[in-house]
Amino acid sequence: MAYILKVDHLTKSYRSGSRELTVLNDVSFSIPEGATFAIVGPSGSGKTTLLGLCAGLDIADSGTVTLCGTTLSSLTEDERAILRNEKVGFVFQDFQLLPTLTALENVVVPLELLGVKHAETTGRTLLEKVGLGDRLDHYPNQLSGGEQQRVALARAFANKPAILFADEPTGNLDEATGEKVTDLLFELNKEAGTTLVIVTHDMELARMTDHMIRLKGGKLMKNETAV
Amino acid sequence: MNTPKKQKAGFSWLLKMAWRDGRASWGRILLFMASTILGIGAVVSIQSFSDTLKENIAFQSKELMGADYIIDSDKEPNERVQFLMDSLGGFDAREVSFASMASFSGTDQTRLVRVRGIEGGFPFYGSLETTPENAAQDYQQKGGALMDATLMMQFDIQPGDTINLGEISLPVLGALKKAPGSNSMFGAIAPPVIIPFRFIGPSQLVQLGSRVDYEFYFEDTTADLEVLDETVDPMLDDENADLDTHTSTSSRLGRRYENFGKFLNLVAFIALLLGCVGIASSIHIYIKEKLGAVALLKCLGATRRQTFMIYLLQIAFMGFLGGIIGVGVGLLLQQFFPYFLGDLLPVNLSLSVSVPAVVSGLLLGVIMSVLFALYPLLTTLGVSPLQTLRKQAAGSSLSRKWAWGVFGTIFLSIFLISLWLLDNARYALWFVIGIGVTFAILSGAAHLFMKGIKRYFPKHWNFEARQSLLNLFRPQNQTLILILAIGVGSFLISTLYFTKDMLLAQATLEDQQNNPNIVLLDVQSDQRQGVTKTIEGNEMNVISDIPIVTMRIASIKGRPVNEIRRDTVNEVNRWILSHEFRTTYRDHMVDSEELISGAFVDSADRQGVIPISVSENFVDDANVSLGDSISFNVQGVIMPTVIKSVRRVDWSRMEPNFNILFPAGILENAPQFRVFTTKAGNENVSARFQQQLVRLFPNISVLDLRQLLNVLQDLLGKISWIINFIASFSIITGIIVLFGAIRSTRFQRIRESVLLRTLGARGKQITRIVALEYLYLGALGSLIGILLSLISCWLLAYFAFDTTFVPSWFPFVVLFPGITLLTLIIGWSNSRGVIKSAPLKVLRRE
Ligand SMILES: Nc1ncnc2c1ncn2[C@@H]1O[C@H](COP(=O)(O)OP(=O)(O)OP(=O)(O)O)[C@@H](O)[C@H]1O
Ligand SMILES: [Mg+2]
Repeated sequence: MAYILKVDHLTKSYRSGSRELTVLNDVSFSIPEGATFAIVGPSGSGKTTLLGLCAGLDIADSGTVTLCGTTLSSLTEDERAILRNEKVGFVFQDFQLLPTLTALENVVVPLELLGVKHAETTGRTLLEKVGLGDRLDHYPNQLSGGEQQRVALARAFANKPAILFADEPTGNLDEATGEKVTDLLFELNKEAGTTLVIVTHDMELARMTDHMIRLKGGKLMKNETAV
Repeated sequence: MNTPKKQKAGFSWLLKMAWRDGRASWGRILLFMASTILGIGAVVSIQSFSDTLKENIAFQSKELMGADYIIDSDKEPNERVQFLMDSLGGFDAREVSFASMASFSGTDQTRLVRVRGIEGGFPFYGSLETTPENAAQDYQQKGGALMDATLMMQFDIQPGDTINLGEISLPVLGALKKAPGSNSMFGAIAPPVIIPFRFIGPSQLVQLGSRVDYEFYFEDTTADLEVLDETVDPMLDDENADLDTHTSTSSRLGRRYENFGKFLNLVAFIALLLGCVGIASSIHIYIKEKLGAVALLKCLGATRRQTFMIYLLQIAFMGFLGGIIGVGVGLLLQQFFPYFLGDLLPVNLSLSVSVPAVVSGLLLGVIMSVLFALYPLLTTLGVSPLQTLRKQAAGSSLSRKWAWGVFGTIFLSIFLISLWLLDNARYALWFVIGIGVTFAILSGAAHLFMKGIKRYFPKHWNFEARQSLLNLFRPQNQTLILILAIGVGSFLISTLYFTKDMLLAQATLEDQQNNPNIVLLDVQSDQRQGVTKTIEGNEMNVISDIPIVTMRIASIKGRPVNEIRRDTVNEVNRWILSHEFRTTYRDHMVDSEELISGAFVDSADRQGVIPISVSENFVDDANVSLGDSISFNVQGVIMPTVIKSVRRVDWSRMEPNFNILFPAGILENAPQFRVFTTKAGNENVSARFQQQLVRLFPNISVLDLRQLLNVLQDLLGKISWIINFIASFSIITGIIVLFGAIRSTRFQRIRESVLLRTLGARGKQITRIVALEYLYLGALGSLIGILLSLISCWLLAYFAFDTTFVPSWFPFVVLFPGITLLTLIIGWSNSRGVIKSAPLKVLRRE
């Protein structure tokens, strides 16, 4: 089986003052291409840290991350950025839309970075898909939280990523809206055949994935497979 | 498997992003921009104006001179000069001019004037502008005088009245408004009176010691002026004559005005710098707010270069736009300059747009904004994409090395720009150092003040006063930048006032003490007793009676002057070689002199080499030192001398001072004339005395220092008008910076005021807090600025002018409260929206 993401003996610690805090301790796992995957664990267990390392937003102290066949530690910061642009999509807990850009402009940023022509057409189609076809020119502060997250979803799929990372995608939304966003996420994912990595507290959301790992105090507890 | 390729989004995407991102903050960006507009406008207006002036001077060079070229000399041309002039085809017109007293029939007034006796068709270009107009054509034939128009007005003289010059009386035919070869600055001291050449002899005004200029005008459009300059001029040099072509003269004149322009440019540049400091602080806050967007863009795959470029482009564009508007403002402003400067300008101006000025305005806009935004811009490079997942508390800042690098770049650029503006590396360096020191002192004072308040916080003050003091320390406070802006502005303007005070005080001081205020020039030896009697007859005292012997240098260190002249690498200043030195002899030194090396020799006899004393500046300019020999040509007699002492001379004293001083016992029998100084108690005495003197001794010129003071005051008034005008740009820039600062911290202020209100403060209290805050800022900034300028002017007075100066009250009485009030009003009116905004709005923004 081909693995799109391989994590080997990953360790990360932060120094705060004189104390050293080990946030991730020898974590290893692999994710097969096209799979859906959940990372769960209590607050402060290192989930976000792990996600950041997997996406190449940060560098580990030891161990390796291999994303789409490339060892991240061998790349410069800019090379990792370009790799993210080509292969990776993101959904954040707090949406992270650029406040000065309209919904459509937010969605097309990854495409424009790729140098894709007719990015706007693609962007429009995507926004229609998430049900915001009539809100193209609205700015983030004119949209509700759920709507903002749907724009973020559209953006995440815009560059047809090989793998998509989502950190608590429903964390800032009420239950009903969260459900809608979750449904949309899985629907789009199915359609695109993207590998999906979700960090969440929400066990219900976690159970919708094929695989689940549990972190506790920076250690991997066990490799579970959803029922 | 696959290594990432280069980023594909091109430059156009960067532009697009810069535009999209900037669009929302348009208002703020405009405000940043506004702080550079005036500075650029000032620089461009001055640049363009001086370019235009230079062009006009060059273009009207013939009209300015009235001829193609002139040969002039301060003595009657000898055979060789005559021969040279003949070989050039002979002169077409000639003039003899000198200073003389004039009196007028029907009034008792007398006045020092410059008599210009003209023969021939001068001017060949341009014209003598007179009222009535035909006077200029008639005066030769009718045998009358053309008199300076201002003087005629002052003395209420009408055409037809009589002017007395020495032994002659002529009818005044018209008022002279403009004449080629008349300088307006000089004209204020000795206004020109033009008469036909044939009356010069009969006037009997040209006597020993009279400073007479002989000028020969040539009209020759086909002459190769460069060749004349290069071949004939050196030949004339040997005979102490000079050839000036209209082109070389006008370029010299152009340079003189250019120098004044350069100085003004610096004042303008300071306004620009101030605006840039404002930009730096506003952009610092602006970029801080953008760091989240930077992290996200990086997360989505933008490179460091790309994110950096987006904001760089935004700021460069803003600078460019500021440049465009600034250029517009500058071109508009230059239209006003002719009104300020009036008759200080040598030519009638047709104002045009100077392309180099426009280009430099645009470049300055871009370069200065990018330069001062560099520090915050570079911080975007260090932003980690991880910030999208977790808000990192640690704001990114540059490493020490980078920070110093940016600092160094800014200073280097300021140096280069001032070098370009001033065209002199040493001045540019001093300017940069001066700017650095001023800024450092101002910010040091601001720091000290803040520290002082923290340390000795007035706990017993009431709530509002305390709260407003606390506001000065809020995070992202603009205390420093505001104090800097207000301080530099006040510093500039008050320095201007103090310097003016100092110059005038210098002159008035002379008046108060028992210093002479009247100088009598060209007193012949046989008039000595008569003059003394006249002085004493008016109950005045002869303060000094100094013999003057004129001489030229024949050789220095054994080398004849002509040989030194031809030596291309000679280090002797040119004026030394051709100057007619007015020297004196005495057996003592006077108050205004100080021996700095050698020993003063009080008397000598004609046996052997004569020991003389020279001034410090003579030593520098003639490139000689103690013990060197110099021989003088004293009206035909060669006198070998040796430098036995060097004196430092205080030239600023309004009394006769000398570069070269002979001991007693040598020159007593040489042809000589005398200079008297005396003091008139009041204007009536002075007028009566001058009148008597002119009647008795028409050849004597009277310099009335009181009158000179008026002229000086008038001149300073005109110049300070324009300097004030440009310096006020600093203040206005400071105000715009203030606007920008308030806007940048607006949101924070809203939150604070809402918080205060939630805690129960009433609107009135909040208003008072805000008002007090600006009161502190305005008062502190302007006070520091004024004090700093007071100290530096005092130092200048003490060390450079050697006087104590009494500062005028203007900066304290008008400037200090004025600027404070202005700051208060602007700060308060800008914060009204903040105070009134609803708490809900604040929650929304979060
Ligand atoms: N820059 C840092 N410096 C110091 N400690 C850090 C830093 N970043 C994270 N930590 C610590 O690492 C630990 C793991 O943080 P992380 O954000 O990965 O947890 P999490 O599992 O995502 O928690 P949550 O579910 O609350 O989001 C926490 O204890 C946090 O305090
Ligand atoms: Mg987390």
